[in-house]
Order: sequence, then structure tokens, then C-alpha cells
Amino acid sequence: MTAAVYAARKKLSAILVAYELGGQVNENLRVENYMGYQFVEGPELMEKFETQLKQYPIEVKLGMKVNDIRRIEGGLEAVTDSGLTYRAKAVLFATGKRSRELSVPGEERLRGRGVTYCSVCDGPVFSGEKVAIIGGGNSALAAVQDMLRLSPQIYLVSLTPLTADPILIENASAAPNLTILTEHRTEEVLGKEQVEAILVRDLKSGEEKRLEVKGVLVEIGLLPNSAPVAGLLKLNAQGEVPVNKSCETGVPGLFAAGDVTDVPEKQIVVACGEGAKAALQAHRYLQRLKE
Amino acid sequence: MAPKVTIYTTPTCPWCQKTKRFLQENQVAYEEKDVASDHDARHEMVRKSQQMGVPVIDIDGEVVIGFNEPILREKLLALK
Repeated sequence: MTAAVYAARKKLSAILVAYELGGQVNENLRVENYMGYQFVEGPELMEKFETQLKQYPIEVKLGMKVNDIRRIEGGLEAVTDSGLTYRAKAVLFATGKRSRELSVPGEERLRGRGVTYCSVCDGPVFSGEKVAIIGGGNSALAAVQDMLRLSPQIYLVSLTPLTADPILIENASAAPNLTILTEHRTEEVLGKEQVEAILVRDLKSGEEKRLEVKGVLVEIGLLPNSAPVAGLLKLNAQGEVPVNKSCETGVPGLFAAGDVTDVPEKQIVVACGEGAKAALQAHRYLQRLKE
Repeated sequence: MAPKVTIYTTPTCPWCQKTKRFLQENQVAYEEKDVASDHDARHEMVRKSQQMGVPVIDIDGEVVIGFNEPILREKLLALK
């Protein structure tokens, strides 16, 4: 959205194509480090971004997923999942990240039927039920904090020792309805129509355990949404899009910004700054094309 | 005739908030059911949508799962 505003202010003929606006920030209810706000909920911040975006005459196409970006004569084209094609002299790619999946049997079949990747959204649906929260970082411990008052029994299952901030671990550890299982691998999600249990394996003893739960909240990190450009350039080992300090990708006319790139420190303010920079660089690029 | 719209939500779901805001901005009347506290509503949502994620939007019996502005706009405009 920041890039779109900067593009509009440069009077560029631009279109913003997205499935939805706001991305990961929408699922963060506690933003305390975006300047100008002591505290703001992510959705509220994104609503303000959207309001500002709408002040500008930039076309916004929502509900679209870009599956592929290709080079064409004179520029690039973006092909969506509905078959629509958008052609432009320059493309700014800022698709962010998505939740990492467990990739275990039963997970895909029971997605939405007890398996969720949005604890903030769906956690309360499991109030009164036993749940498993998979992960050991800050997101997993935040989900634990939210569920402690709702669930009679929470299993926190982590492949490694917990990596979350010590204060989060300390706040949760004493809860009587929390069982922490570190160095346990989730092996399968069980259930016919809905989640009934998960199988986990103790990596130290090799013992397999069945945990009777109705909900599986997966909080094991994020993956970059870089597939649409994977055919155009070489992604780094983490699947991110490498960019230089001008947000250039090495593909003429293709710029990238935000969490999908290899720029370190995945923060809202960093992503916004990169988006602004990329839009300004795209403008310079287009001016050079005219010369 | 105005459509009968029921939305199934949880208090902390940001997509539910966006859905309500969208309906309000477009002057669409709706009934909200909190599936975190209302177990009957939870069962009703699962029966209608065959899944447990929120939000679920029931527009005159047609179920939309998740906030998707273009789809909601299309279905609500078709009924106005």
C-alpha cells in the first residue's frame, strides 16, 4: 500500500493487484513499534493505510492471486489465478509471507476442520476444548497466552527447545492447564470429519504419543510468497527474492519490497520504507526508459 | 428485498472485524453470532460451512467462508 501511494504521488499509471490488503499485519493484534502509535491493533493500522490509499486515483484489484510473472517485450506481465493478465513496463513485487505448514498426514484434509494457521482468528472457536499449539517461538507463545483462559488443556509442541522471548515462556510456564512438549515432532493429525487428536514423537526417547485435542493451532514460522517470480530469478536459500539497495531484482523492470525480499529485519516499518523506495526507484527506471 | 445476512465471528478475529466494517459501510443489516461464547452458534456454523474457521457469512442461505471483498460485493449486489 505504501508503494502504491508513492507511485500515485508520482502520477504513475499503476494498478495494485492483491488477494487482500494488509497481509500479516492484519493478524497482529499488538503493534507497539510502529512510530506515531504507542500501541495500535494491526487491523486498525491497516485500515488507516487503506483509507490513505483510497485518497489516490490508483486502481485496486482485490480477490486476485498472481500465480506467475513473466517477461514480455517491453516489460512484464502478471497472470492471476483467474486467468487475467496485467502487463506493465515495471512490476513491484511485495507479496510478503504466509504461514509455514507442518506437511504431515491429515493436515491438509483437516485444514479448517480443526487445523488453523490463524490463532488470533480461530483460537476462540476452540474455547472449552483441548488444543495443541505447534511451535516454540513468540507467535506460538502468544497463542498459548490467548488460549490459557479459554482451553482446559493446551499442549505446546515444539520441535526444538523453546525459542520465544524468556518473558513469554516465564508467563506461560506456571499455568496448570499447559503441558510443554519440547523436542517433539508432530507426525500426524487424526480425525474423520474434524480433528480428534494428533500423534507426536518424543525425539529423545522415540516414544510416540497420542494427544486428544479438537484444535491444532500451527505457529511454526513463515515462508516467502515468492513462487510467482521463481522462474525469473534465483531465490536465496530461504526462498526470498534478493534485491539491491534500490530494490532492483536484476530482472529489468522488476522491483521487490518487504518481507518477500532478503532484506533483513521483517518489521512493518522496514517493509513500508522498502515499498516507498521501490516505488521511487521504479519511477526513476521508467523515466530512464523514456530517455 | 434486503438479504438476510448472518455472520459467525470470534471477538479477536481481524477478518471478522473487516467483514463487519464492509457490511456497515455498505448499509447491509446483519445478525452477528459469537461462536466463541455461543456453542449453538458454533455448531450451526460448522453445519452450514463444514469447517471451523471464521468469519462465515450466510447470505440468504448461501455461505461465504472468510472475508473476500469481491465475492461479498458480488453476492450482496446481486440480491439488492
